[in-house]
Amino acid sequence: MKKISSLIATLVLGLGVQFAALADTVAPDALVKGVTDDVITIVRQDKAIQSGDTRKAVELVETKVLPYFDFAHMTRLAVGKDWKQASADQKAQLTQEFKTLLVRTYSNALTQYRNQQIDFKPLKAKPEDTDVVVRTEVRQAGAKPVQIDYSLDKQGDNWKVYDVMVAGVSLVTNYRDSFGQEVRAGGIDGLIKSLKDKNKQLETTVSAKK
Amino acid sequence: MKNSTPDSTPVRRGALALLLALGLSACAGTGGHPKDPLEPLNRATFSFNETADRYVMRPVAQVYDLAPLPVKVGVGNFFGNLGDFWIGVNNLLQGKFVDGLSDGGRLLINSTIGIFGIFDIATEMGLEKHDEDLGQTLGRWGVGDGPYLVLPLLGPSNLRDTVGLVGDLNVDPIWGVEDIGERNRLTALRFINRRAQLLGADTTADQAALDKYGYMRSFYIQYRRSQVYDGRPPREKDEDDDSGAE
Repeated sequence: MKKISSLIATLVLGLGVQFAALADTVAPDALVKGVTDDVITIVRQDKAIQSGDTRKAVELVETKVLPYFDFAHMTRLAVGKDWKQASADQKAQLTQEFKTLLVRTYSNALTQYRNQQIDFKPLKAKPEDTDVVVRTEVRQAGAKPVQIDYSLDKQGDNWKVYDVMVAGVSLVTNYRDSFGQEVRAGGIDGLIKSLKDKNKQLETTVSAKK
Repeated sequence: MKNSTPDSTPVRRGALALLLALGLSACAGTGGHPKDPLEPLNRATFSFNETADRYVMRPVAQVYDLAPLPVKVGVGNFFGNLGDFWIGVNNLLQGKFVDGLSDGGRLLINSTIGIFGIFDIATEMGLEKHDEDLGQTLGRWGVGDGPYLVLPLLGPSNLRDTVGLVGDLNVDPIWGVEDIGERNRLTALRFINRRAQLLGADTTADQAALDKYGYMRSFYIQYRRSQVYDGRPPREKDEDDDSGAE
């Protein structure tokens, strides 16, 4: 009985989020909360993800999270001033590889989720703002709470995440130094190659784990 | 002193060689990180730390991590409580009186009702745990962070935070324990507990980074900046962003 009612609850919650996503202008904080709740509900019930099945976690992230992220913007931020010298094709390749790297890494991090509680801070933004930060806090017994903040900007009617800050550290601009180094050493193509190699290496460790 | 030639003693010669090496590395570093003039030395310390972590610290932390959650939480709370006094002092030094008083309240509540700090009753009562140290206080007072440093075994730091750490240790209740054996055991437990909390985050960093040294350096610099401003650092002008938009 309990199982059935929690299943129904999950379905309803999931549907609710889907409907919310369909609506044209979801407020940025509602968007982040909806996606987070959605993902966490699934991870809580999925024994495979909990036991480290990265492939399943990647699938989950690709269907539930990716539509709300603007990877071109993220890549531009991570590459910094060298972005200007990249051709359109190079930009597309950079974005693709950086996206793969982030998705692999953080899908894997998702498999480590263990019942931490996530608090959503009230949004401090004016209705006309087109660039906001949604602040959340992850609480875990016996450890300091960790701030996770999402930067979003408005594109047409939709809000998209372009940066994630953990404990005040941007997971995007944190790459800027190493990316700059790669570009100085081997140009934009050198950076693309390094990202490809890194992704290949991650791919093999992921499949070795299985 | 005045009339001794620069290479008169081995010590001097060593110092000269070191300076030269530093100078060279600073010059070679036209492409290097402006906050990391000691990069070659730091990288060497970093790889030493990585090896020590892989073969000693991490395996020990993994064994410790098998302990039941309430035990680990109790250990974390116990050391957390010991830190609250100094955290409160630093809040007062930074002029954050409400936070400082709250830290005093935490210490009082957790040391008594919380049984030597094992239970963090204060957080449940709404007195939030803070994180302050002398390095942050110095930063708040306007002291720049200075060159990036990787400390043996302790990991990423900078000149300001290293000075702060020396001050922190001077008033640290565990560092002040008279019995050396006891002090070492407590220090080890505190270290292992902290390392165990980072299990998971460490693999994420391994996977995320193209160059882990650079990734950790960048992380530390941003992290401490955020801490100095209690998680709300003033936005850095980001000239790299708007230029790229098509």
